[in-house]
Amino acid sequence: MTAHDVAAPKTQGYDWTAIIKDLLGTALVSLLIMVPMVAYKSVITQYSLVLISRWFEVFVILGLILATRLAMHLFVWNRAPSPIHASAKPAGPAKATLADRIGPWVFPALVAFAVALPFIFHFERRPIDLGIYILTYVMLAWGLNIVVGLAGLLDLGYVAFYAVGAYAYALLSTVYFPYWFGDGIVPWAFYITLPIAGLLAACWGVILGFPVLRLRGDYLAIVTLAFGEIIRLVLINWFSFTNGPQGIEVPKATFFGLPFKAGPGGFADFFGIQHDRIYYYMFLYYVILMLALLTYFVTNRLRRLPIGRAWEALREDEIACRSLGINTTNTKLTAFAIGAMFGGFAGCFFATRQGFVSPESFVFIESAIILAIVVLGGLGSQIGIVFAAIAIMGSFEMFRELTVFQDYLPEGTDPVHFRMLAVGLAMVLMMRFRPRGFVTRRQPTVFLKERKAVSGDLVKEGHG
Amino acid sequence: MEYFLQQLINGVTLGSIYGLIAIGYTMVYGIIGMINFAHGDVFMVGSVTAFLVVLGIGLTGGSGLLLILVALVLVAVIAMIVAAAYNWTIERLAYKPLRGSFRLAPLISAIGMSIVLQEFVRVNQEGRPKPVQPIVTGGYEIMRRVTESGEFIVKLTNMQILIIVSTLILMAVFTVLIQKTSLGRAQRACEQDQKMAALLGIDVDRTISVTFIMGAALAAFAGLMFFLYYGVTDFFVGFLAGIKAFTAAVLGGIGSLPGAMLGGLVIGLIETMWSAYFTVEYKDVAAFTVLIIVLIFMPQGLLGKPEVEKV
Repeated sequence: MTAHDVAAPKTQGYDWTAIIKDLLGTALVSLLIMVPMVAYKSVITQYSLVLISRWFEVFVILGLILATRLAMHLFVWNRAPSPIHASAKPAGPAKATLADRIGPWVFPALVAFAVALPFIFHFERRPIDLGIYILTYVMLAWGLNIVVGLAGLLDLGYVAFYAVGAYAYALLSTVYFPYWFGDGIVPWAFYITLPIAGLLAACWGVILGFPVLRLRGDYLAIVTLAFGEIIRLVLINWFSFTNGPQGIEVPKATFFGLPFKAGPGGFADFFGIQHDRIYYYMFLYYVILMLALLTYFVTNRLRRLPIGRAWEALREDEIACRSLGINTTNTKLTAFAIGAMFGGFAGCFFATRQGFVSPESFVFIESAIILAIVVLGGLGSQIGIVFAAIAIMGSFEMFRELTVFQDYLPEGTDPVHFRMLAVGLAMVLMMRFRPRGFVTRRQPTVFLKERKAVSGDLVKEGHG
Repeated sequence: MEYFLQQLINGVTLGSIYGLIAIGYTMVYGIIGMINFAHGDVFMVGSVTAFLVVLGIGLTGGSGLLLILVALVLVAVIAMIVAAAYNWTIERLAYKPLRGSFRLAPLISAIGMSIVLQEFVRVNQEGRPKPVQPIVTGGYEIMRRVTESGEFIVKLTNMQILIIVSTLILMAVFTVLIQKTSLGRAQRACEQDQKMAALLGIDVDRTISVTFIMGAALAAFAGLMFFLYYGVTDFFVGFLAGIKAFTAAVLGGIGSLPGAMLGGLVIGLIETMWSAYFTVEYKDVAAFTVLIIVLIFMPQGLLGKPEVEKV
């Protein structure tokens, strides 16, 4: 990291032979990477496959890479090594900075903004939709954060619990509730299913958690990935139960039994106001806001309970945990179960918002996106996750509307395709440069005499 | 019996491909103890590169057998070099700076890299699957039996022979490389103890880079074979093939090269037999279930050494 480097005077002249060698090597590797993949694009026409050559782009990119590399050689890498005292991390408590003073106000300010959002934007549909979208991912990421950020168990199949919640609502509200209790139950289905979806997902969390108790980090990640894929494949192929790839139409949620429709008996009619579809979206928005806040507060309370402390201890050192008498089995299982439960809640909400569920929504890439949010937020920092979700999901929406670049991009390239590329790059760069996330400060839950904010740099695994 | 024989041939062919990919996983895991999650996508890069070169030089099934073989060697070499360049770059950019970071960092970085590779290829080559006409055609009839419902012919195609034979050759070359050369000795030394190897004058960074290059070359060859065998490739083939090859690596005992090959064969056979005798739809579920069962009940695999947890 160059942040601690001091602008030391240039010590010696440039070693031009080394620089030119390095540039030649860079050019060779870049050309190998780009020549088949970028220089030739295969296009399927009506009759055959043809190759379109794009050498111009290759040389432009190559020029950019070499120029950047040369600039790095000349201005960054040539600096003298910084004196030791400048790069040493400050030991002990950090001084009260601006971040400390505004820190406690960030979350209330965010909540206030979230509550006021529909009013700020004059009840427009689009910002509310975007808010629902982002809040869903904030909630999912907060749920995954319990498993990954707090308990340190890398779960790549989190979307499976989301799927369990969504399908629980879809199947219960369309098939089983009408069959068991008659059609009158349907308007209330959302409220009844919500806890059931959470419980079912938690059960699946335990079912998954139980066999993987003995596995370490990497293996655990792969097993959870396999588990997530199995659930998706079963949803696709078990046609008689899930209706396969066609998916299931799901009834909309009601306002405690009052459907959002025009005419008598509807929400607008009951309150004596003009019918407007925006009320439905506002309702959904506040429901997901409540659910997300519930996740936040429950997690925060749990962190102060013995179980939460056990999670964080487990993340730091499993063997030490065991020798201190912490039951690692229960600790891991509760982490999986509670993380999965919030995933299930979010899934139930997702089903009613979409009005439709299909296995397509629960692919691995969704898990990866949620994980990317947690990682960018700084593995364990709940506020960080909010900003990461806004950054990632907001940028997704922006990529959708990014017609500005259309003129500069090669023909037929859709900016939308670049969004996942950006997410992947963000994950790599984040691990490379800021593995502790953008928000590195942690509030300790246990302290001696006075509460001191700890920098993430002082915590072993990079989160605390 | 005939049906079983045919499935056996198909399974061994598929298993050879998985085994070649699995070697990359097992070597990288052996040497730096991380799952190179992007390895499946390096396989995909090799596959798509091979496709582009085949299309570029206009290779079709109509040419003479000798010409096809020479051209395929050329295609294989190009694909292997390109994939090696990719894997080398990935290691340099995404993994090397993270040595000594916290436990999950390299894996998260690898997942990011996997997404980057997939989307990079998708952006550059469109998302649609790329079909080609069969290039290596023909085959031999091994057995024929007439039943009431018609004839059942057990066939061994030239493509299958090519895959199995070239896999055997590559494996032989590779084993010699690891067992007899100083490079292989350096790799085995780094696998046992990196610090000690460095003290004895082995360039550990270089050895790790070479490991990534070798793994990528084998994966790219598997990519070429995969693409010739199925006649289609796209940006997403690396995901499933990668997970299955990883399963193979774990099943064989991670860190063990013969184990990776053996695991590949077993996974290939399981998948083929499952499709043949049970349901095709659930063949991936079968592979994933094998992965889970193996990891939980025998994480040391068939030929691996049990790992001792140290404080």
